Amino acid sequence: MQIDLTVNGKRTSLDAEPRLLLVHALRDRLGLTGTHVGCDTSSCGACTVLLDGVSVKSCTMFAVQASGHDVTTIEGIGDADELHPMQEAFWTAHGLQCGYCTTGMIVSAVDLLQRNPDPSDDEIRAGLEGNLCRCTGYENIVKAVRAAGKAMRENAPRSSVRDLMSIHPPAEEPPPSGEVIIPPQLQGAST
Amino acid sequence: MAFTTMVGARIRRREDPRLITGRATYVDDVKQVGTVYAAFVRSPYGHAKIRAIDLAPALAHPDVLAAYTGEDLHHAHGLKSSLPVAHKMADLKTPPHYILAVDEVRMVGEAVAVVVANTAYAARDAAELVAVDYDELPAVVDPLKALEGAPYVHESLGTNVAFRMPFSAGDPDKAFAEADQIVKQRIVNQRVAPVPIEPRSMVANWDEGRQQLTLHSSTQIPHLLRTQLSVVLGISENHVRTIAPDVGGGFGAKLNVYAEEAVVSWVAMQLERPVKYVETRSESFQAMIHGRDQVDDLEIACTKDGTITGLRLRIVGNLGAYHQLLTPVVPTLTLLMAPGCYRIENISAEVIGVFTNTMSTDAYRGAGRPEATFFIERAVDLVAQRLGLDPAEVRRKNFIANTAFPHTTSTGLTYDSGDYETTMDKALAIVDYAGLRAQQAELRKQGRLMGIGLSTYVEVCGMGPSAAMPAAGWDSATIRVEPTGSITVLTGVSPHGQGQETTFAQIVADELGVPIDTINVIHGDTDKVQYGVGTFGSRGTAVGGAALKLAIETIQAKAVKIAAHQWEANPDDVEYRDGKIQVKGDPSKSMSTAEAGFLAFMGDKLPPGLEPGLDATRRFEPPNFVFPFGTHVCVVEVDAKSGEVKVVKYLAVDDCGRLLNPMIVEGQVHGGIAQGLSQALFEEVIYDEGGQLLTGTLMDYAIPHAEQVPHYDLDHTVTGTTVNPLGIKGVGEAGTIGSTPAVVNAVIDALAPYGVVHIDMPLRPEKIWTAIHAAKTNGAANGAANGAAR
Ligand code: FES
Ligand code: FES
Repeated sequence: MQIDLTVNGKRTSLDAEPRLLLVHALRDRLGLTGTHVGCDTSSCGACTVLLDGVSVKSCTMFAVQASGHDVTTIEGIGDADELHPMQEAFWTAHGLQCGYCTTGMIVSAVDLLQRNPDPSDDEIRAGLEGNLCRCTGYENIVKAVRAAGKAMRENAPRSSVRDLMSIHPPAEEPPPSGEVIIPPQLQGAST
Repeated sequence: MAFTTMVGARIRRREDPRLITGRATYVDDVKQVGTVYAAFVRSPYGHAKIRAIDLAPALAHPDVLAAYTGEDLHHAHGLKSSLPVAHKMADLKTPPHYILAVDEVRMVGEAVAVVVANTAYAARDAAELVAVDYDELPAVVDPLKALEGAPYVHESLGTNVAFRMPFSAGDPDKAFAEADQIVKQRIVNQRVAPVPIEPRSMVANWDEGRQQLTLHSSTQIPHLLRTQLSVVLGISENHVRTIAPDVGGGFGAKLNVYAEEAVVSWVAMQLERPVKYVETRSESFQAMIHGRDQVDDLEIACTKDGTITGLRLRIVGNLGAYHQLLTPVVPTLTLLMAPGCYRIENISAEVIGVFTNTMSTDAYRGAGRPEATFFIERAVDLVAQRLGLDPAEVRRKNFIANTAFPHTTSTGLTYDSGDYETTMDKALAIVDYAGLRAQQAELRKQGRLMGIGLSTYVEVCGMGPSAAMPAAGWDSATIRVEPTGSITVLTGVSPHGQGQETTFAQIVADELGVPIDTINVIHGDTDKVQYGVGTFGSRGTAVGGAALKLAIETIQAKAVKIAAHQWEANPDDVEYRDGKIQVKGDPSKSMSTAEAGFLAFMGDKLPPGLEPGLDATRRFEPPNFVFPFGTHVCVVEVDAKSGEVKVVKYLAVDDCGRLLNPMIVEGQVHGGIAQGLSQALFEEVIYDEGGQLLTGTLMDYAIPHAEQVPHYDLDHTVTGTTVNPLGIKGVGEAGTIGSTPAVVNAVIDALAPYGVVHIDMPLRPEKIWTAIHAAKTNGAANGAANGAAR
């Protein structure tokens, strides 16, 4: 059957069997593989996307149910040229290791801050209840969400990976021996 | 002092931009034209004879291309090979482990047939159409029952015992005869599931033109996988390529060669089409290896002052139905680490590996060492409790002294360095241990159950000399200086979340004085990268990073010759200093690595006899394991009414040697603690007596979410090691190993007013409530709930 939806701001239509899950429509039909599948019981949150701005588990919806709606996937949250503050905060706070849960985690966290722009650590932990991470122990994820909240409240401009990790940085004078110094092109990179 | 800007700094990870923007490539993201999908038909029984399999209804499905049974593979197509097990035990019983079951299934989830269809949905539909006629057989899942005799998992063996390994050191009989006290305890280390969030994923393709099989797999060991696949499938290794792209966590579970990898590869060769298989989470719980599952019977001999004088030990390891790659090795590692960080000279032990009708156990974060650390850390607490001593003091009394390194343990390991007391003292000072004890006494008066748990661990990692490994212990690195001065690093290790693309670039940037962004770190593709052993046992940086350091030295030596020739100087007068090649004492003459690389590439300005090019491949064979250690302190409050445990404080002081990127090290420790704490409190794989898996989804098997784990405080000490040229010890497993006993000791300590001696994990509220209740009923003197003192 015919499905019409807007994905990351682009109108898209596809022909799909009624039982096609939204996550598979996004990944396999639209090539948006940033949304991951980690379980078959709606438990892990790796597949989280925004539907009309609200987080949903895309493994728990049929693609047809999204017809007529706006879907935002991680690819629409930001890219290397324009990172979302949440993405930058996950990067800076080391809020990820293998990265598999991360895209769903970031989408959930974006939704969390929309609902509560200044959450406490306990509220962040509670707000991420639907997303499982097996690598990080959550410590740095909480830190990242807190930092992103601050950046968003202060309206920090979006940055790009290329600014933060320039491809051909200028040659640097070596710093005095023994000192640990982060070169300017990576200074934003330190926590 | 060496020139350094990167090593030691909290450099953000270079792998992250692709991961946080959803542009990474995990196996399931690999797109190949013409891909078809595999689905497996799996046994619903723990043990059964296969009478007949009817593929016809599946083959009649319009989208189905093919379907095969074990019989097809092994008889019709002559594929006889069994999955590999790496071991060095002479009398290990190794029953065949076919990639699809033949005649009999021995666990729930064992694959009996594979169906291939045009879409993943159709493949699953069709798999459900396959009719299998089973004759159910009696099953056994409890290793102690399996030990007693029939039913046998493998009837032809006439036993469920795969191996027995006796061990003795010192004079344990004398120690026990002379002991002031003997503490006996059975300690069960429950079965857990590793649960990387990315399930096992694979896509195989056969290139008829190049006669090459390519398997993309979510593996930790691409090279070992290639070797084993070639053996299992009977194809020459040069026709096999394995690729581990971005991998979504492993924790040891992906350190393996799985039946599905071989089946999917074989099917791709039959069909000449790319074949993809991504397991569901439920399949993952059934057919991805499990961890732990040991029953350890301990007797500890000690003197009145808390000195441990002897240990008697029986380790029963539940191996599951078949050997996977390292199944029998894991419980033997437990024996090796039995003394922990204590001087225990008199030991008598037996390790028994037992088959049951369950999924195989194998390496899971720490593999064997968490089990050892758990029982020895429980043991020192039991001794303290029995003698009425402070657990910290009992530890102090038994530590291997700071002055005693290198120290060879009674089980035969040589710890090169360590300083257990300093690390414990630091931890005790940070948490204000005396203050905590005072607070505990105060709360107890109010009837509140606060507990303080310590764990002082040492672990063996950096796996680790080849002679001690079931399959090689060295690793490799290549460095190539490209004509423009950018650098390509090829590493034999295959990280999957540990951040070595960053750490390795940090090392190279410093040592060769090149901008970090001009370094490309490549891993995980056997067609690109020279042979390496892989990432497990905290060996990625300790062994692979050490190989990188050797390659740097080779590059530097050659660059020095090139520069010296250019300057008409004696190479002995030229050196790398502050990341540049310089004439000693004459900083006006200097050259960058890039310039030397360009000269090497041009080739016409080289000293006679020196080959063009500036690259090196080196391999590092570690002379020994490395032994990180630390002290973890956990403070809990137990709700006496509900049995609920709240972790109110968690501190880890770890010593993993030099920190290359403290941010990454801390992340590893955080994640490790969460997994260990979770084993203590929540996780357990449960089979019923007939072999049904009761914890088959993430709804029944509890891995914690953010609210269920506390905030962690971390600190560290730095004790050097000379085992590798980087001076580092691994850190991947430390958190998991240190945390489990700290949490359990804290809970048991909280329950001390009830006289509770031990409770087996996971410490779920109902178990704690039962223990409290039993103590109230039976009197406080013998309130152990289960695993009672023998
Ligand atoms: S894949 Fe959707 S919740 Fe796990
Ligand atoms: S980063 Fe690996 S699961 Fe979260």
